[in-house]
Amino acid sequence: MTNSLLLHLLGARGAQAAEGATFWMPPQASTYAADTDFVFYFIYYTCVVFFIIMMGAVGYFVLAHRQKGPDDTVPDIKGSHALEIGWSVVPGVFMVGMFWFGFQVWIDQAVPPADAMEVRVTAQKWQWSYTYRHKGKSVLVGGPDAECMKKVADPTRDIECNAPLRIPAGQPVKLIMSSTDVLHSFYVPDFRTKKDVGPGRYTVAWFEAPEPGEHNIFCTEYCGDRHGYMYSKVIVMPPDEFTKWIDEEAANAVEGALPGDKLFAMKGCAGCHSIDGSKGVGPSLKGVYGKMENLDGGEQVKVDENYIRESILVPAAKIVAGYPPTMPSFQGQLSDDEVGNLIDYIKTLSE
Amino acid sequence: MSTTSLDGVGHGSADTNYLNAKRGIMSWLFTIDHKRIGVMYLATVLTFFLAGGLLALGIRAELFTPEGDVFSAATYNRVFTVHGAIMVFLVLVPAIPATLGNFVLPLQLGTLDVAFPKLNLASFHIYVFGALFLLYVLISGGVDTGWTFYTPYSSGGGADSNVIFALLGAFILGFSSILTGLNFIVTIHKMRAPGVTWGRLPLFLWAIYATSVIQVLATPVIAITLFLLMFERTVGIGIFDPSLGGDPVLFQHFFWFYSHPVVYVMALPAFGIISETVTIHSRRHIFGYTAIAASSVAIAAIGFLIWGHHMFVSGQSELSGTIFSLLTFGVGLPTAIKLCSWIATLYKGSIRMNAPMLYTLAFLWIFAIGGLTGLFLATLATDVHLHDTYFVVAHFHYVMMGGVLFALIAGMHHWWPKITGKMYSESMAKVSWVVAFVGYNLTFFPQFIAGSRGMPRRYHQYVPEFELWNQLSTIGSFIFGLGLFMILGYLIQSLFKGEKAPANPWGGMSLEWEAQSPPVEHNFSGPVVCKTGPYDFPEVEKTVGHAH
Repeated sequence: MTNSLLLHLLGARGAQAAEGATFWMPPQASTYAADTDFVFYFIYYTCVVFFIIMMGAVGYFVLAHRQKGPDDTVPDIKGSHALEIGWSVVPGVFMVGMFWFGFQVWIDQAVPPADAMEVRVTAQKWQWSYTYRHKGKSVLVGGPDAECMKKVADPTRDIECNAPLRIPAGQPVKLIMSSTDVLHSFYVPDFRTKKDVGPGRYTVAWFEAPEPGEHNIFCTEYCGDRHGYMYSKVIVMPPDEFTKWIDEEAANAVEGALPGDKLFAMKGCAGCHSIDGSKGVGPSLKGVYGKMENLDGGEQVKVDENYIRESILVPAAKIVAGYPPTMPSFQGQLSDDEVGNLIDYIKTLSE
Repeated sequence: MSTTSLDGVGHGSADTNYLNAKRGIMSWLFTIDHKRIGVMYLATVLTFFLAGGLLALGIRAELFTPEGDVFSAATYNRVFTVHGAIMVFLVLVPAIPATLGNFVLPLQLGTLDVAFPKLNLASFHIYVFGALFLLYVLISGGVDTGWTFYTPYSSGGGADSNVIFALLGAFILGFSSILTGLNFIVTIHKMRAPGVTWGRLPLFLWAIYATSVIQVLATPVIAITLFLLMFERTVGIGIFDPSLGGDPVLFQHFFWFYSHPVVYVMALPAFGIISETVTIHSRRHIFGYTAIAASSVAIAAIGFLIWGHHMFVSGQSELSGTIFSLLTFGVGLPTAIKLCSWIATLYKGSIRMNAPMLYTLAFLWIFAIGGLTGLFLATLATDVHLHDTYFVVAHFHYVMMGGVLFALIAGMHHWWPKITGKMYSESMAKVSWVVAFVGYNLTFFPQFIAGSRGMPRRYHQYVPEFELWNQLSTIGSFIFGLGLFMILGYLIQSLFKGEKAPANPWGGMSLEWEAQSPPVEHNFSGPVVCKTGPYDFPEVEKTVGHAH
């Protein structure tokens, strides 16, 4: 404890600085991490300069204009429009710069590349699990590893056994995230990625890690007793190793929820929704994912994961123009996993 | 009434004052004298601050090592939740308006009380009543939702039933806040003594005025929100819980629509105190009276439009995030104007390095850091990385806790002679100032570093690479605690051993210094007329004119 404090102060631990890590920021392990850091340091140096100017002025005034005696006089200065305009405009210009740089990275983070590999992330108290779609199969990875748990003496350290998120290096990855209970938040400091994960809806994040490596995943939305233990790792693998790993996992995968195409047939979806573009009682699902749909009432909606989910569970919420609101709700008849698999299937109709 | 014996100008000599005019506990608990109510608020708020502060030391003790070794995870979560709830609802919201505001406002207006003295007493009683609920929660095992009560965790996702009592407490406290705000608005509008024009209103009162407007407009929203949450928890009607068809993000919108403006309920009165102390103790007219008064009102107004910056990563649309980011910078500007104006007020002043000034300088340092680090969180890309890390914890402690507390301490030292009629030890004040200031910065500055390197908040244990920064912070927190106890010590000592304070120890020009120290029951012994502005000190050379 105090030992390590000393070691730190002596700089003995400073040598382990990882790729791209700076005093303020952790290693840069995603393609946009350097951009975020640029914005951070732009603000940082601006702040340092303004802080030194302001506190320098305070220090100087306090030393130079200390009260000397009861006969002191002070100048009759009540203000100065020039100065007041100056210290409104100059910080204002810097603020516009901060906003603009931050906005650029924000937009970059908001739009996953079209060729991104998709992984479904499910958060629950207090672990992460990951579902890959590979060779027509759903591959679920997650939860504590039983073998690992046996080796851990201290039961409060089971965090070390949570299954990691494995991704290939140099490949954009899009996460489609939801929670089975309360709010969580998916945070990888080394990637500068963070997004809340809530029940009943999907949130999306993406990143691309250029180099193989290991990075922490933290939950950053308070979620109850073991919130502080809800972490996992992301392991960035060389692409060929990743392919080998996912092939193996897919071969061993035990189907939990039915795959989307089977559900589509079983639940009778095909009765109203064609998959070849022909018009039925409901709109055809061919090419529907990703397109803008005109709604009854004149609005438009982009068909994304959240819209499809809502249309399955609350069909009357947003009706496509020209179709009757006759679809029954599947609320309670499909598990979260099944809804996810159906969405995955509908996406394949747009490929 | 008999106490206001006509002893002339009301300076110094009289022995009767508001403290000894009536005796007995009942004469305090059911007083309608704004000064006594202010003093009772101050004592109560400081007591809760002590409780919240001890919980904070518990948090810091736990985080001294990466392992969760002091409390269990469940206990730790209760400790930080109750710490946050006490500090926000019981301490920071009433910290300045209800204490020093209550005491000083009628005096600075040159009037005998607030507009509705009984309502003022009712506010205090409601405050105590609401506080009892939170106290019950504290002793009955706490609550573990975090002070933000995020749904669906709070509405049924795991939190225990104490959450109802905590919500009820916060709900009731809201009424106290609304009534105080209403009272102050009416008082400032209708009870100004002859000569106290809007342009001669001390800046402390402009700040209290802007604060009161926020309290009246924003508090009902949190009251309704908390009520809906209680309703959902008890009756099971789906408003925020998705399993009942509700929307958890809606709760965040409602919550921050109040809880962001409420940051200014805490900060604006602090700004007001600084505008008073920085002028009187440097003998300079305030630099840019209009700009400072207008920026208080601007902050109050813009403060209502930026709640969404708490939700950049919540899944709200990218467009909303962008607009909220832009608007948030809009509140940075008036804040920067204030800071620059205070600093310019020191220029060529005749600066007294006494306790009120030292705490004012500490405020400028702390608030500059708090304000500047807000820029990282207003910016979209950096907020994505920093949101819900210790960087945010450090930022809001610098603004809300450091800013408010150091301003409150500056104000307490400034008005202590008026409130108690006693002078405190200046040398003890200087020593304690050093301890508190160093301890404060050592506590919270390392948290910026841990946070920007990725340490999440509300973690019972953490990965070892953050250990150094947490150890520095914990050491700092105990030094800071020591400093605060030292301040409390010499202030209490002054009550018994302090020299008798003159009516106007600082040479102030605003009307509270016309009253004797401590003031008589109805403040002034005769009618009061205001003849000068609050910052027209005799030291000002009238020859160097400046058109403004």
